[in-house]
Amino acid sequence: MKRICGNISFSLTVILIVFLSLLPFVWFLNTSLKTQLNVTAIPPTLLPSFSFHFYQSAIANYGLLHYVKNSLIVAGSSTLITLIIAIFAGYALARLKIKHKGLIMGGLLLVSMFPQISIAGPVWKILASIGWLNTYQGLVLPYVTLTLPLGVWILASFFKELPKELEDAAKIDGCGHFQTLFKVIIPLAAPGVFTAAILIFIYSWNEFFFALLIMTKQKYQTLPVGIALFQGQYTMPWGEIAAASTVATIPLVLLVFLFQKRIVRGLSAGAIKG
Amino acid sequence: MAEIRFEKVEKRFGDVVVVRELDLTAHDGEFFTFVGPSGCGKSTILNMIAGLEPVSKGRIFFDNAVVNDLTPKERDVAMVFQSYALYPHMTVHKNIAFPLKMKKIPDATIDNEVRRIAELLGLEDLLKRTPKELSGGQRQRVALGRAIIRRPRVFLMDEPLSNLDARLRVEMRAELKRLHHELKITTIYVTHDQSEALSLSERIAVLDKGEVQQCGTPREVYSKPANIFVGGFIGSPPMNFVHATIRGLDPLRIDCQSFIISPQHEITPEHNSVTVGIRPEDIVVTDKKSENCVEIAVSLVEPAGSFNWIDFVWGNIKMKGTGKLDIDISAGDRAFITFPPDKVTLFDTASGMRL
Repeated sequence: MKRICGNISFSLTVILIVFLSLLPFVWFLNTSLKTQLNVTAIPPTLLPSFSFHFYQSAIANYGLLHYVKNSLIVAGSSTLITLIIAIFAGYALARLKIKHKGLIMGGLLLVSMFPQISIAGPVWKILASIGWLNTYQGLVLPYVTLTLPLGVWILASFFKELPKELEDAAKIDGCGHFQTLFKVIIPLAAPGVFTAAILIFIYSWNEFFFALLIMTKQKYQTLPVGIALFQGQYTMPWGEIAAASTVATIPLVLLVFLFQKRIVRGLSAGAIKG
Repeated sequence: MAEIRFEKVEKRFGDVVVVRELDLTAHDGEFFTFVGPSGCGKSTILNMIAGLEPVSKGRIFFDNAVVNDLTPKERDVAMVFQSYALYPHMTVHKNIAFPLKMKKIPDATIDNEVRRIAELLGLEDLLKRTPKELSGGQRQRVALGRAIIRRPRVFLMDEPLSNLDARLRVEMRAELKRLHHELKITTIYVTHDQSEALSLSERIAVLDKGEVQQCGTPREVYSKPANIFVGGFIGSPPMNFVHATIRGLDPLRIDCQSFIISPQHEITPEHNSVTVGIRPEDIVVTDKKSENCVEIAVSLVEPAGSFNWIDFVWGNIKMKGTGKLDIDISAGDRAFITFPPDKVTLFDTASGMRL
């Protein structure tokens, strides 16, 4: 009896949490599939009419795909650059004999905790002085800076957990530092690399504040900023905003689902006796 | 294939000296073993030969060429690790092929070589599997295969058998001996298991606290231990030690707990106080009194198959000896021991060195 009660209350809690977390997403997914009339109907209709009108409108009238392109460029290159730097930095911090390692790791953590607003002014000034405002690199640079601590931390801890003997074996089998890194370490730390990549991509994809500050020209604006600016002085295009939000969310959901297995899979099983 | 020579090699980590004054040579094609308790510096020595750890002082030679500053790749050594260290993301085939791939040898040649090695080690049917699908013994074979495929100048083995179960260990021991006989590559082996060292090696260096205590053939270190440490470490069960006093030199008369023995040793002791080492396998425990026997109290009888190990107390010293299977004694009984006086080893009690 006690067990059944426990199970029921556990299930209820899970359902409640899932419901609350998914509610906003379901809401705007629902809205995006309604017709113009249904969006503002009173009383509201609960079921969508499965019309793709708002998607067409968001693409045709609001340049949705243009924002998607910008977001892909910015988030994609930020992820790539951060990963490359974080892999080298993480490996160095995990394995090489460096003085003040703890201090460096602590410093990284500290930097990542600065509130964005406190660095917004200097960042803007620096970018303005080198003429990088309203350029892709102008946004990629701060994103790389902001996501690096996270990337380095994740990768360093993954590299640290790999058995040292594997690296020794690789060195004896004729690998240099780089070959060891690329042929043995990175394949084994793949779950870590994917985790870092996804988190960095999500951050860059969703970031709003710097994007708004640095990209003042529509040509370079990313999705979050673009969606926010759908709203006109006298109009509030709820349907198009919902459609654009759905388009902004789905790649992330797909990404996580796609790589979940890789993240969970314990690749290093069988490396050593266990 | 190479001769490896250590010249006053020292290794420190910070202020801690892990290996000191290492001065010895492993001959070309020899099976040479470093044996000692954990923390004696034996693995560090192996890592220094491999080039994984820098040498703090002194020089290491491969065939008269100093290798101190060479990378592991340049030294052309192969190593088998205690944990096997197989690459988990590669199949057995790729694991074995890896060192040749790094040498940029054509794929067709590599494939032939891998098949030859797989045949040698009985791995033909496992080439497509990944390490996690293998048993401990199979992983061990793959690790060996990866090491021998290169025909390295030196073979390094860091406790390669200690993760295997007892039966497999004995099998692999024979396998290693066979491989060494076939390949004739200089092999440096590290283990804490003295019986492994005795059965595999042509020569052994016994290490303690970073220093070589004795270097010699298995028979030498067993029958003529250089000091009390080697006597106690080599041989299983370990040697018994009894404090004794010299009563006369010509003929030699030693007072072992009031029992006088006269071994035919010619010694010139500095002190009267000596330690007598007696191998348990030289002591015979009987229930019948005879000439030249000592009365003792039995504390434990351990059957060992064809005979019994018998723990007993002589005076106040706990010792071990052997008894026949049909002996009629049990713990608590009084019994008698005899041992051939010429088989004892005498040590200077103060310095611990053999006399």
